[in-house]
Amino acid sequence: MTSSQGLHFKTVVLIVIMVSVAPLGDMFLRKGMEQVGAMPGWAPSELFHFFFAAFTSSTIWIGIGLLLAFFVAYLLVLSWADYSYVLPASSISTLVVALLAHFLLHETVRPMRWAGVALVCLGVFVVGHTQPRTTEL
Amino acid sequence: MLTGAILYFLIVVPGTCGEMCMSRAMKTIGEVTDFRPHAIVRVMARAMKIPWFWVGLTLMASGFFSLLGMLSVAKASFVFPATALSYAVGTLGGKWFLGERVTPQRWFGVLIVCIGVLLVALGKG
Repeated sequence: MTSSQGLHFKTVVLIVIMVSVAPLGDMFLRKGMEQVGAMPGWAPSELFHFFFAAFTSSTIWIGIGLLLAFFVAYLLVLSWADYSYVLPASSISTLVVALLAHFLLHETVRPMRWAGVALVCLGVFVVGHTQPRTTEL
Repeated sequence: MLTGAILYFLIVVPGTCGEMCMSRAMKTIGEVTDFRPHAIVRVMARAMKIPWFWVGLTLMASGFFSLLGMLSVAKASFVFPATALSYAVGTLGGKWFLGERVTPQRWFGVLIVCIGVLLVALGKG
């Protein structure tokens, strides 16, 4: 494997990790907050009980853990890859979100959203064929 | 019109600038080649010593809270298309602030992504 192929490979691996764990993390946070329920009010005791319920929920912690994994993968990939490469490439998460919504949450995904997802995939394909790094480290 | 412009500015600019600062912080560290857990922890500890990291984190947090704040006063269908604009702003920032070479092919890809994300956002609304 040449250094250019190696760079592409590890960039793709980390972006795949990012776009897989972030939507899952968001989903766990949303599920967790649904279980906790709406914030009852702004009184200190109400706030305390609300945040206590949130931070003792294992679902919330799974979500936080996944989002932390996303953040670490994001920082690692930015240590070598262009921001203008990682930013559009990571938009492939819209495909993961749409698939999660369709298959796991059984939501109706409108045709316009699928069309958008298809365009995003095409855009990521185009960006993915540029050099991940154009600056000297 | 002016309110709309201010809303978009608050959502797009701090978050995108924060990510650019993070990118600058990580470029200071240099390419990570060791992915063992203890090595990753060491990299994160080094990143936290770089001022750009904290500037980035603060701006990213501001962007996130701006989005939450705006969602409470504006409709999601109005707010979310702003995320499409952040790809263009981020690419411009990559070129000007980080000195990246954005080829016409990358610009073309970013443009398609922007249109796609806009359709996804409108399709949700």
